[in-house]
Amino acid sequence: MSTGNGTERHTLSVLVEDKPAVLARVASLFARRAFNIHSLAVGPTEHPSLSRITVVVDVEDSPLEQVVKQLNKLVNVLKVVELEPETSVQREVLLVKVRADATTRGQVLDVVNVFRASVVDVAPEALTIEAIGAPEKNAALLKVLDPFGIREIVQSGVVAVGRGSRSITDRALRSA
Amino acid sequence: MSTASTEGTAAPSDSSAPERTTERITGAQSIVRSLESAGVEVVFGLPGGAILPTYDPLLDSTKLRHVLVRHEQGAGHAAQGYAAATGRVGVCMATSGPGATNLVTAIADAHMDSVPMVAVTGQVSSKAIGTDAFQEADIVGITQPITKHNYLVTDPADIPRVIAEAFHLASTGRPGPVLVDVTKDAQQAMTTFQWPTSLAELDLPGYHPTTRPHSKQVREAARMIAEAKRPVLYVGGGVIRAGASAELRRLVDLSGAPVVTTLMARGALPDSHPANLGMPGMHGTVAAVTALQRADLIVSLGARFDDRVTGLLSSFAPGAAIVHADIDPAEIGKNRRADVPIVGDAKEVISDLVPALQAEHTAGRRADLAGWWRQLDDLRTTYPLGYDEPEDGSLSPQKVIQRLGEISGPETIFTSGVGQHQMWAAQFIRYENPNTWLNSGGLGTMGYSVPAAMGAKVGRPDATVWAIDGDGCFQMTNQELATCAIEGIPIKVAVINNSSLGMVRQWQTLFYDGRYSNTDLHTGVGRAKGQRVPDFVKLAEAYACVGLRCEDPSDLDAVIDKAMSVNDRPVVVDFVVHRDAMVWPMVAAGVSNDAIQYARGLSPVWDREEQDPETGLEMNGTTR
Repeated sequence: MSTGNGTERHTLSVLVEDKPAVLARVASLFARRAFNIHSLAVGPTEHPSLSRITVVVDVEDSPLEQVVKQLNKLVNVLKVVELEPETSVQREVLLVKVRADATTRGQVLDVVNVFRASVVDVAPEALTIEAIGAPEKNAALLKVLDPFGIREIVQSGVVAVGRGSRSITDRALRSA
Repeated sequence: MSTASTEGTAAPSDSSAPERTTERITGAQSIVRSLESAGVEVVFGLPGGAILPTYDPLLDSTKLRHVLVRHEQGAGHAAQGYAAATGRVGVCMATSGPGATNLVTAIADAHMDSVPMVAVTGQVSSKAIGTDAFQEADIVGITQPITKHNYLVTDPADIPRVIAEAFHLASTGRPGPVLVDVTKDAQQAMTTFQWPTSLAELDLPGYHPTTRPHSKQVREAARMIAEAKRPVLYVGGGVIRAGASAELRRLVDLSGAPVVTTLMARGALPDSHPANLGMPGMHGTVAAVTALQRADLIVSLGARFDDRVTGLLSSFAPGAAIVHADIDPAEIGKNRRADVPIVGDAKEVISDLVPALQAEHTAGRRADLAGWWRQLDDLRTTYPLGYDEPEDGSLSPQKVIQRLGEISGPETIFTSGVGQHQMWAAQFIRYENPNTWLNSGGLGTMGYSVPAAMGAKVGRPDATVWAIDGDGCFQMTNQELATCAIEGIPIKVAVINNSSLGMVRQWQTLFYDGRYSNTDLHTGVGRAKGQRVPDFVKLAEAYACVGLRCEDPSDLDAVIDKAMSVNDRPVVVDFVVHRDAMVWPMVAAGVSNDAIQYARGLSPVWDREEQDPETGLEMNGTTR
């Protein structure tokens, strides 16, 4: 995906040991090598000793190679895989609080239905909507909700997994 | 004390007598036993509150010598000097907080120059971490960007495994510093000791350095070397760290290609070897710089296309294809795109390149390099390294350094600080052996010289060790003269005293209209001639060292001979030199290497009428 400033957006899946300060090591690597993080999500995996960091970066191809190589140099990093949009499922969670009173609530709910989002909290003057989807879909939802008056937005980083039956964890542990 | 060895310090797999015990010992004892089991013979350090538990069993160790430094930075550089001179892992130790932060410069230096080093630091008790306790510093956080890896140990049971991992990481792959921070309560608690007996017992699932090069890449590189008309072997510090000098020599002799040895690789190929064009880069020889610029093939072996070598990157070696061999894949393609990337240990890469190139030659593929060599020899003859003797009869710093090299001989280990004296020492000493030129290349740390010389002398007690230092650098770490005097480490220090921060002064001369802002150090020459603050001879004597001074060129050899004759204690020689001497050749920062000047305002003549159409090099009418 083009980001409009000559760089490309890339999604990297980074398999790391579940040890103290690993997230700090990864994050500080990006900072000191002047790589721009768009989003970052971290969580446990099916393997108890491993965590998986999904990081979305805006870089050109040549620096991307550097990012991957530098990540691989971190002792606690087991594997780095770039997940292409076409061959992976990418999702982020969006919670958005929209102004909605008796007159506009119906319209807002129509939007929620069209986007297959859901309402997770209702107040007299506002609705809180949960949407789970690809970043582009959530961006489109926000655009449509904008005229109603957005009061608060919170988004998770993207998490992503390759399509098909293969597991990067298995492969990483086999080569280890 | 063992003499020079290029083997790494005992990794677990090398351990001959695996130690396994169910005996209850303290974490502190476990640290000492771990260091012993790792094959450590010397630790440079300075105790303090949070590392005190470890200093107690250290007193009883018969295998570990502890050298008490006067400042932790000295411990760090001494560990570096020891490592660089012997090829073994250097070890330093300090307490928490300021003790640990004082190591930071040396750790960063070791990181930049790929020096195998393990730093052990004490940390406040685990319950106090995060409370801003007395002498608490997050040294693991602080050193994260400047270590190969680091550890905070809070459970004493982890100590042997972590220290074994630290030595394995420091000494394998691309070498580098590893810090192990151990909390005070982990040192005090009771534990058992189990030294890992195999690599499988280490917990490093993400660490697999590639040392064996890919044979297809090697064959491709060999083909390019065989066919190149203007090849250059660009040799970096990786060849020194890999102990690959003998292999390099075979490749050079087989290929017949010219060689440039970077600041970190001086000594990798003897300077007496006819293929050695000397040092490339900002203060490199005209021949070395030009060879790279005009090459059609650069074979980079353990070098990293540093800005001080390439000059303006976009104009560096515009016509050259690049073979880039390095043990660190992240170096390949970082600054300059590689046509043939080879990931592997320099020793193995070069060992494989030799038969591959032989096969090319056997198959009849071998370019004629005679024309290339005629051009390079012409450059060598026309623009040799040189200097003008000062007109006022004062000492020439280049002459001092040249004579130090000639009188002391090729078995001597030289260390240097950073600045003019460092460049002159890289230029005017003829290095014949690897691991005999120790300096701070990447970080450029003033103050490296004296403590690094101390570490080198401990590791190589039979070698003569000269610290070539500047008057600025020397004042940063000369407190270690006390350590040298008391511990019986008879190093020799040559202070190239121009009473200035000389390299900064040179830039002020060239780029700031001679406005000498804050570079006068008042140590002997200049406006306050004769004013010596401090007087280096008196300073040496105060530290129980021999202090000598040389101000007259006619005394030069005699003073050096005198210093050479002292072997029972450290010697400091104050060489009071001309302060306007400058380092030439020079490529100014940020410009193309084509703009090299061999003296102020004087550039080599490239574009006379008779020039080689292919290279743009002046042909002098005689070649081809």
